[in-house]
Amino acid sequence: MILGGLITEKYISRSSAIAARLVGGEMMIMSAVDSTFFTLNEVATVIWQAADGQTSLKEIVHTRICSDFDVDLAQAQQDADQFVSELANHGILNVSPIPITGADSR
Amino acid sequence: MSLLYEMNQKALALGVPISVHLDVTYRCNERCIHCYLDHDDHGEMTTPEIEDLLAQLADAGVFFLTLSGGEVFMRRDFFTILSHARRHLFNVKVKTNAAMIREPEAKQLRDLGVEQIQISVYSHRAEVHDAVTKLPGSHRRTIEAIRFLKSQGLKVVIANVLMGVNVDDHLGVMALARELQVPYTLDPTITPKMDGDTSLLDLRIAGEQLGQIFRQRELVGNVEEFCAPPTAPDESVMDGYPCSAGHTACYISPYGDVFPCVQFPLPCGNIRQQKFIDIWRTSAQFNEVRSIRARDLPVCSTCAHVGTCTRCPGLAYIEGNMRGPSSADCEKSFQRTGIPSANMLRGTTARPGPLVQIQPAPIS
Repeated sequence: MILGGLITEKYISRSSAIAARLVGGEMMIMSAVDSTFFTLNEVATVIWQAADGQTSLKEIVHTRICSDFDVDLAQAQQDADQFVSELANHGILNVSPIPITGADSR
Repeated sequence: MSLLYEMNQKALALGVPISVHLDVTYRCNERCIHCYLDHDDHGEMTTPEIEDLLAQLADAGVFFLTLSGGEVFMRRDFFTILSHARRHLFNVKVKTNAAMIREPEAKQLRDLGVEQIQISVYSHRAEVHDAVTKLPGSHRRTIEAIRFLKSQGLKVVIANVLMGVNVDDHLGVMALARELQVPYTLDPTITPKMDGDTSLLDLRIAGEQLGQIFRQRELVGNVEEFCAPPTAPDESVMDGYPCSAGHTACYISPYGDVFPCVQFPLPCGNIRQQKFIDIWRTSAQFNEVRSIRARDLPVCSTCAHVGTCTRCPGLAYIEGNMRGPSSADCEKSFQRTGIPSANMLRGTTARPGPLVQIQPAPIS
């Protein structure tokens, strides 16, 4: 849903223009666009792995983060928004207000 | 401390092979005078075999994948292999002479998200480059390819192997790299042929020429710092391991043979006989390589350069002892600092022999 230009729902999918590997529980990711290198902590890795384009970020935070980690929902949502925004800026995550078709759901 | 360094340390602690160099073929369209390979096909891995290998490498935690040869584009299925590698989300670097890259190939490489293309250029002068490759017109084709790749926004690096025949041309190649807006790397390492023939070593630049190279600010930055005498090693140096070969990196030949490094021809297993991860974890050869620390090197541990030398254990192995000195690196340390290595002081830096080189493992 979009209200006054504010995206209230986000669907996220992993870009194909990346390299990524899970090493010791942390996801390492490099953008093929600008070679920026990221390592994701355990929580961010869960969001990354759940980024199938079909599940909303809110639902990911609710069902995958708050249920498995000792974290406040509002804080988790805020952190997740910031994380998604940063990765989207480097072309690592695709973000859409509607479900993303054809996303890699592996 | 960079994130990449941290990840490498983590991979080391966990025993993860974070980098793999895979030669997909030894065949080549060029016949470079310094090439150590036999260009015949002795039974390259098929497309399905390579696809299976790539899946195994991804499962093992490999992140950086270098695809090289021979010339990678001699394989008609190279884009199939590359596409498969990218589906597994490897960070892919391709090493090529680029002579077979035109605009369509450049576009495909871009679309597949290749991280970097490393291209060999031997001289800014076509006649010198073509005399090295023995392929007339190769310089023109290679430079055109670099322009095609750059026009697609790809990251290209020029690799300049330095030999006696082109030693005076490296500044020209640097200028060419600047004009093409690509980074430049220089490598004076020449190794024996894979059949053990050492005649290629005659192509190496002379020691005094190496010394001059090491004193060029354009190449090394701060000359005083680069050529500074070595400081006394501390305990961490003596407990350290020489390089990533066998620790976080390895090499796989077109025939599926696994080695610690492309420059370290110690056969550790064959992926046609064993799963990659089993070779990586259980090979006695890998475990021997991993057990060696600087303090275990009988000559090098006594050397003033032990903390700063670029000693290559693979080149030492080629000389006959993986715990021994690599005389090419002794020469580099000497030319850089003016201080002879412990090996040089022993007076045993003459050309070694017999040499051990890459041989396909027998298939049982």
